[in-house]
Amino acid sequence: MIEIKDLHKSYKMGSNSLHVLKGINFKAEEGELVAIMGSSGSGKSTLLNILGMLDVADEGEYILDGVPIKDLNETKAANYRNKFLGFIFQSFNLINYKNALENVALPLYYQRMPRKARQEKALKYLELVGLKDWAHHLPSELSGGQKQRVAIARAMAAEPKVVLADELTGALDSVTSYEVMDLVQKINDQGNTILVVTHEDDIAHMCKRIIHLKDGVIEKDEKVKQVRASEYV
Amino acid sequence: MFNRDRWKEILEVLTTNWFRTVLTAFGVFWGILILIILLAAGKGLENGIKSDFGDIATNTMFMWTRSTTKAYEGLPQGRSFEFKIEDVRTIEENVPNLRYISPRNRLGGFRGGNNVTRGTKVGAYNVYGDYPEIINQDPMTITAGRFINHNDINDKRKVAIIGNGVRNDLYEKDEEVLGSYIKIQGVNFTVVGTYKKNSNDGDGEEGQKQIFIPFTAFSQAFNTGGNVDWMAITANDGYSITSLKEGIIKLMKEKHKVHPDDTRAIGFFDIYERYNRVESLFGAMSFIAYFVGILVLVSGIIGVSNIMLIVVKERTKEIGIRRALGEAPWSIKMQILMESIFLTIISGMAGIIFGALFIYGVNALLDANGPVDMFLNPSVSLGVVTAALIILMLSGLLAGFIPAQSAIKVKPIDALRTE
Ligand SMILES: Nc1ncnc2c1ncn2[C@@H]1O[C@H](COP(=O)(O)OP(=O)(O)O)[C@@H](O)[C@H]1O
Ligand SMILES: [Mg+2]
Repeated sequence: MIEIKDLHKSYKMGSNSLHVLKGINFKAEEGELVAIMGSSGSGKSTLLNILGMLDVADEGEYILDGVPIKDLNETKAANYRNKFLGFIFQSFNLINYKNALENVALPLYYQRMPRKARQEKALKYLELVGLKDWAHHLPSELSGGQKQRVAIARAMAAEPKVVLADELTGALDSVTSYEVMDLVQKINDQGNTILVVTHEDDIAHMCKRIIHLKDGVIEKDEKVKQVRASEYV
Repeated sequence: MFNRDRWKEILEVLTTNWFRTVLTAFGVFWGILILIILLAAGKGLENGIKSDFGDIATNTMFMWTRSTTKAYEGLPQGRSFEFKIEDVRTIEENVPNLRYISPRNRLGGFRGGNNVTRGTKVGAYNVYGDYPEIINQDPMTITAGRFINHNDINDKRKVAIIGNGVRNDLYEKDEEVLGSYIKIQGVNFTVVGTYKKNSNDGDGEEGQKQIFIPFTAFSQAFNTGGNVDWMAITANDGYSITSLKEGIIKLMKEKHKVHPDDTRAIGFFDIYERYNRVESLFGAMSFIAYFVGILVLVSGIIGVSNIMLIVVKERTKEIGIRRALGEAPWSIKMQILMESIFLTIISGMAGIIFGALFIYGVNALLDANGPVDMFLNPSVSLGVVTAALIILMLSGLLAGFIPAQSAIKVKPIDALRTE
């Protein structure tokens, strides 16, 4: 589903250059639930942003479901993001003047789906994350865990090939974190490919595979026995 | 572009900060209001002054004789002379591109003694001896019967065309006018027509109290021989009477043995020149109105642009999220542009409506208090309003352009980082 080869990325700051990714290679198949782990500043977000086409690599190849991702301009990138990818952010990133339903429907709107179909579908995904009754609430009326579940519904709504989550539990307490991870696992059980960036060991072990990043390279890539979040809830 | 979600969002964004939106809108509102009022005031002044010209063909001059101020060819200074009916032929033959040359004579006057009687009724009116063409130079509407024709001229028929004012003075309300007789200085004339003049200035009353009779009948009845009091001369379209005037006057000076440098001997009034001067004055005035109005409008537009920039800045994160979710850059730009255009047009419309109400009020006041000198019916044409709307549309586009550009300048990844 995802294949990257020899990915390099450095940030230039004035005359200095910070080489963050120094040749990353990996493959993820459809239906995988992969954790990308590493200490703070190890380049996890940088990698995820490149996978999410929010940023571009300096070097290397990126193939998403057989489509080589290259020569991206903003319009093309936006189109690919919309069709291929779902995002979950640490800080939820919901639009605060739109209610939960409208937030979830947003990616569908950018696909020019008719209003009615859009709302039906958005409601279906809100139901999936257990927030059907909160559809008409603004983000400010929701708890952190609820917000993140709305964000998950939004990431799923466009039925993307891959869901990318950056520290999705970073702003949540541990109980809520496990609830959210439980949801992520259930979504993965349905066959969705999910990449989770985290620096927390317990969260990483709720995935099926852990990629350890260190000093800009993959230090270790291991399959793990998945810990079900439901055991903790 | 015109879908419900976009409009919903525009309204959401503009209504989040009501006070700011209204304040911003005020700049544009004020600009367009000033533009409309200035243009209307200019139009009012223009209408007021132009109505003094009445319907008179504007490419026309009047020419009359005075006494000479220089001795010439043995003739003394201070000599008085008269135009003759032959002069018309002379001008016709020597000056090309003239449309009408109408010799005219006049009898009596508004402030003169009574000169017209009908039975026991009497009145003082201007009586003109005219050729048929005068109706094209000093237009009037024939309300009954006919105007002077060439047979009247050739046969020296004693017929008269009287104004509605004269009719009201000398006739009962439902009395038959056509075919009746009036006595002009003791001479009987048959009334063959009545007229009405369109003039809304102060001379309107007097304009309806004139009597027109054939030039030849005038000469015969009142013993003026071949004399001509003055001439009304109109140039062909495409030629200005102002440029032909010199040649005509020079010709007349030669004919009547007037010193070529005697500028006082022949008097004239060049309507075309006057009219042009007024025209260019109003051209300048509407230029100033547009200039001032548009300057004020521009400052309003800069205000809109400024606020839109701030709004975009405040929404950096939101725009970042939307782009991350796959909204195309053009769509973001469109959103900002539409917000800007919407704000501009709504406030501009308010300005136009307010301006129209203001003009309406002024007109109502003018109507209620009677005419004011040199000011009549201030108004703006539909064309101006359309132009204003187009200007607004473009302004909104212009005002939104820089903010729209800046909205997509920040990369989504950078926008999302700002917390
Ligand atoms: N836009 C940027 N400009 C310069 N340096 C950056 C930028 N983004 C990230 N970095 C640096 O790159 C390194 C990796 O960052 P990041 O990928 O965010 O790490 P992680 O998500 O693993 O904590 C850090 O040292 C960070 O300071
Ligand atoms: Mg990070």
